Amino acid sequence: MRALTGAVALLVTLLPAGAGAEGVIRVGSKSFTESYILAEVVAQVIEQAGEARAERRVGLGGTGLTQRALESGAIDVYPEYTGTLARVILKDETLLTVEALRARLEPRGLTISASLGFANTYALAVRAEQAERLGLRTVGDLARHPELRAAFSSGFLERDDGWPGLRARYGLGLSRVEVMEHAVTYRAIASGQVDVMDVFSTDGQLERLRLRLLEDDRRFFPDYSAVLLARREMTERFPRTWARLREALEGRLDAARMARLNAMADLDGRSVPEAAAAFLRGGEPAAGGGRGRALLGELVALTADHLLLVLISVGAAVVLGIPMGVLAARYRRAGQLELSVIAMLQTVPALALLMFMIPLFGIGKGPALVALSLYALLPIARNTYAGMMAIEPTLLEIAWVLRLGRLRRLLRVELPLSAIAIMAGVKTAAVTTVGTATLAAFIGGGGYGTLIVRGLALDDTATILAGAAPAALMALAFHALFELLDRVVIPRGLRA
Amino acid sequence: MIALREVTKRFGATVALDSVSLDVPPGATHVLLGSSGSGKSTVLRLILGLAAPDAGTVVVDGVTVDAGSRDRLVARMGYVVQDGGLYPHLTAVDNVTLAADAQGWPRGRIAARVAELAGMAGLDAATLGRYPRELSGGQRQRVGLMRALMLDPPVLLLDEPLGALDPIVRAELQDQLGHLFATLAKTVVLVTHDIREAARLGRTITLMTAGRVVQHGTFADLVERPATPFVTQFLTAQTLATPAAPAR
Repeated sequence: MRALTGAVALLVTLLPAGAGAEGVIRVGSKSFTESYILAEVVAQVIEQAGEARAERRVGLGGTGLTQRALESGAIDVYPEYTGTLARVILKDETLLTVEALRARLEPRGLTISASLGFANTYALAVRAEQAERLGLRTVGDLARHPELRAAFSSGFLERDDGWPGLRARYGLGLSRVEVMEHAVTYRAIASGQVDVMDVFSTDGQLERLRLRLLEDDRRFFPDYSAVLLARREMTERFPRTWARLREALEGRLDAARMARLNAMADLDGRSVPEAAAAFLRGGEPAAGGGRGRALLGELVALTADHLLLVLISVGAAVVLGIPMGVLAARYRRAGQLELSVIAMLQTVPALALLMFMIPLFGIGKGPALVALSLYALLPIARNTYAGMMAIEPTLLEIAWVLRLGRLRRLLRVELPLSAIAIMAGVKTAAVTTVGTATLAAFIGGGGYGTLIVRGLALDDTATILAGAAPAALMALAFHALFELLDRVVIPRGLRA
Repeated sequence: MIALREVTKRFGATVALDSVSLDVPPGATHVLLGSSGSGKSTVLRLILGLAAPDAGTVVVDGVTVDAGSRDRLVARMGYVVQDGGLYPHLTAVDNVTLAADAQGWPRGRIAARVAELAGMAGLDAATLGRYPRELSGGQRQRVGLMRALMLDPPVLLLDEPLGALDPIVRAELQDQLGHLFATLAKTVVLVTHDIREAARLGRTITLMTAGRVVQHGTFADLVERPATPFVTQFLTAQTLATPAAPAR
């Protein structure tokens, strides 16, 4: 009975978002510090309101992802910016006021709060020292220095309200422009490998790294006032909570305060919940604690999480992959087609494959498991196929002469003879899945990747390592485990 | 009764068998003799139904071997290949009992038959518990023979069964096989390139070369009444090549 309950509980946690959400508000965020903090503030306010339980699904990739997550109901609310809403989501630059935006969001079943009080606009930053030396004050001044090396986040590089528009407006011609994640770019600019980067004006790092914002004197960057973007269904179901959220947040945060909260998490080693609590209390966070102790507890939970991701996805890949390999070996032509399709899946970058899962399965563990299983399929199916094809034809003819029948031939002859190849495939799949599973965090799938994504967002090497190192250890552990498993699975007569 | 009627078999451009006709007398040992590439192994594969002729017919017990009949006919045959063709992942005894397992024989019957065959082949229980790679070449061959005989088929087909063995073991096993075939009274078709083996085991012999039958008869027929000069040439070439009688 207890086993049954456990199995049901497991199933429920694995179900894609949307199923049976009694009294739960799912809070999302993008994967940068400010978004984490605001989401955490929202979650804490929800918990205080006591009307519903807050579920954190934070650290989701970019705008497209959070947007789809919201519209599919995988999350109920997340912090967004008016400029992004107008340009990227509604694709109408004339929407300037909160009221106009709200009216346009209504038919989509969405709504927004009023401005939280600050605008986090795009800006270009350079090292203060270099700005002095080269006399850089405005964005336009960059035109005189095309030799400067720029690194922009992929969003900024592609959005109309980002680099393409800015370059056209100011007539800029920087010779070297690279794509780089924000957290990485900060390191690069501080160490002088990069000269210009896109930043958010509330970035906690600006002051500490002695970066200077270049003035947007031609007023290119639109207003990016922070707001809460929510499903109307949620605001109607939990009106008291929504009112509390608006009361607690609307107009309460100015840019300086937001920058301080960001710095707290980015630079002072405070956890995101601490920074959020500090804001809600209206003061500085309590001393002590820090990330260390909380991290250890979290690590245990994440290890279980990661293990679950790997075991279930590799398990599913074994269950699917071995029969697929067998079929490929049986029906050569269809088999080639089948193997090509799986191989093609493998060429899709893992992160992209995870993103593709969202419109189909929402966010969270479910889609992550589907993507990881698909990824683990190739080594298993291919090795099974290769193992079957390598069997000496005489041995198969003898199986027919001995009248073993198809099933018995498969189970007693073909699969055991392919055992070494199959096990090698499963081993490859397991070890690589431990690594690939760290990407699941980008779509809210949990696991060690949660720490890596957060560490990247907070520019915190320790947190990145806290996710990366256990993942490496787990990969090693799986390798060792499979060496042992070989002794059980591979028939003694085949072992060297 | 096994018979081939003007059977032709090609593999791509190569003609493996060129209008071969052959009668295998029942209850006795018939040897297909020839050097490699003569087509003798192909004859066995056609009888088993592992390959189909391009022209002509193969008849076993009055039934033509084809896609419809081969499953039924193969039940009457045991097959032994060079070096035993054993499954490396199964112990000797598991190799032997595979077919009986598939037929759903009860355990007791299987055990009794294994004991009977082990006595016949001169293998003890410890040896039968080993994996093929832990056995000598001669032991592997005996296990292969036990496996072929497990269901007691009336026809036994052997393809160079002693080909992988060294001369002394080979001579010893030839004697044992001769004795065994005589006691079993099965229809045996044995493929070999070895004239001594043919002489020792075959009541009748078919000498083949390049996919054609050269002569059909007893060993004495081949020696005393060679159909073509090739027969004598084949017989003497191998006698000279055998180091059994060192010249002074």
